[in-house]
Amino acid sequence: MFSFVVRRLMVAVPTLLILVVLSFVLMYAAPGGPFNSERPLPPEVLANIQAKYGLDQPFWKRITDYIWGVVAHFDFGPSFKFKDRSVNDIIAQGFPVTLTYGFWSFVLATVVGVTLGTAAAIKQNSWLDYLAVGFSVGAQVLPNFVMAPILLLVFTLWLGWLPGGGWNGGEWPYLIMPVIALSTSYMASIARIMRSSMLEVLNTNFIRTAQAKGIPMRRVILRHAMKPAILPLLSYLGPAFVGMITGSVVIDAFFSTGGIGTFFVNSAFSRDYSVMMGITILVGALTILFNLVVDILYAWIDPKIRY
Amino acid sequence: MSLLNIQDLKVSFITPEGEVNAVNGLNLSLNEGETLAVVGESGSGKSQTAFATMGLLAKNGRATGAVNFDGQNLLGMSTKALNKVRSQQIGMIFQDPMTSLNPYLRISEQMAEVLTLHKGMSKRDAITESVKMLDAVRIPDARNRITNYPHEFSGGMRQRIMIAMSLLCRPRLLIADEPTTALDVTVQAQIMQLLGDIRREFGTAIILITHDLGVVAGFCDRTLVLYGGQVMEEGQTETVFTKPTHPYTLGLLQAVPRLDRDEVELATIAGEPPDMSRLPAGCPFSPRCAVAMDRCATQRPPLETLEAGQRRACHKPIAEVA
Repeated sequence: MFSFVVRRLMVAVPTLLILVVLSFVLMYAAPGGPFNSERPLPPEVLANIQAKYGLDQPFWKRITDYIWGVVAHFDFGPSFKFKDRSVNDIIAQGFPVTLTYGFWSFVLATVVGVTLGTAAAIKQNSWLDYLAVGFSVGAQVLPNFVMAPILLLVFTLWLGWLPGGGWNGGEWPYLIMPVIALSTSYMASIARIMRSSMLEVLNTNFIRTAQAKGIPMRRVILRHAMKPAILPLLSYLGPAFVGMITGSVVIDAFFSTGGIGTFFVNSAFSRDYSVMMGITILVGALTILFNLVVDILYAWIDPKIRY
Repeated sequence: MSLLNIQDLKVSFITPEGEVNAVNGLNLSLNEGETLAVVGESGSGKSQTAFATMGLLAKNGRATGAVNFDGQNLLGMSTKALNKVRSQQIGMIFQDPMTSLNPYLRISEQMAEVLTLHKGMSKRDAITESVKMLDAVRIPDARNRITNYPHEFSGGMRQRIMIAMSLLCRPRLLIADEPTTALDVTVQAQIMQLLGDIRREFGTAIILITHDLGVVAGFCDRTLVLYGGQVMEEGQTETVFTKPTHPYTLGLLQAVPRLDRDEVELATIAGEPPDMSRLPAGCPFSPRCAVAMDRCATQRPPLETLEAGQRRACHKPIAEVA
């Protein structure tokens, strides 16, 4: 197991490198630059700024300098758009916010999704099942950019219970709506996957054996069926977790939470190369990390999987 | 009084294609310590009889009639009440040992939970007891192997483990649903020998469900032949084998390949297994029966009792069958 983890981490390095090179090339190929604006700068000024940020250098020089900065100093460079702020600053400021509401969204989506899916499978074709399936479908056709304004309308404008935006250090009144808006569609997917895999497990021979042994239903579900039923969900949960903790531009836009989602999208529009690259690397690294975590969890749950 | 007494058991399933009748008015009784073979081809209702007894029918299944075990009707019992009968009174082993054990739990946990739940034992005592039972079914090095997972055992070993697990609470009845079908021939013999030892040692009554007549001969006191969810013939195993009185039993016995004769072609029963959703009003075997008469298709033959407790359901006089 240890050597498996080490091997996987070693493979992660070239994977990330490929990601960096690819994104860098794509960005280089995209027309325009961070200092093109509607009112063009005088050519001398533009040349000056480009020289300051090293944009006048040839491609090979730029990419090697960038990678060297990241690898040797863990420095993702300065932002091209926000003066006096480095990419490290922006991530350090925005990531804890997305991490907080993303983490709670994940917890909420998983706990409710798994419970709902399991309950629906046990009571297949009952009102509870139809309710769960109905919720799943409903929640999936309600994407977060529809959920968010509905929540704002109801809880802020009509009822006045919750603040309409802001972060305030992540106090819970500010957290509730972002978490609900972000988690709903994930919750629906989790409930759906869980329901179908639990149904499949409940039809297996070993569950019949457990029933023939006179094991109470509660224990049959929790002890005998839960492990195999959760396996198909795991490969969904890994990427879903990364998706949630790296934030969402929709959430940041509607609730002014100030996470990295906004920075990410704006950096792409404004050709803020370094911010774009920094967040891409962050998401890439987290994806690789949590895919590894999922693989480790697989081996932990399924005794037939040994690395 | 008999240990198990099944009366007019009917099992049906609601399917999108309509109602399928798997068992149609089955009667059987079994005494303490007795072994009964339930023989029949696929779809004859033998496994569903067992599942109905244990309350393990699929969700779309319905059972009517009465399954009296030790004076209690098991049909319609709550799951909670059934859970007291399962394992403690009736043990069950299944056809496919490769999939009948939970692949995600250690053998120790799967066995010990039976004793901790039903006998209130501590986990430690339960494992000691489980090791003893694994020794009894001749699992080598049981003390260490008990912490293994099912996939670390062969098919035959897994069936031994299933048998050991079903015997932990010393049930009075063991239902073995085709316990050797999925195993190769040498392992089959070992498992049958083991079941024989168990009957002698623990005095457990056994219902052996099988389609393999070779397994039945020499093991079971009595044999019950099922077709289309109905009893065709029942009697002492030896009598049924040597003096069959039903055309179906006769056909089954003739279909057993014989090594002492120089046969060119294997004898078969003409026709196909019945469609359980469209059984004839009369004898279910009549469409395939070589000696069927007109009324066989329309009138269901009653189960008549002959001498020596033998029973048969056939309109044809015995002399014209055998």
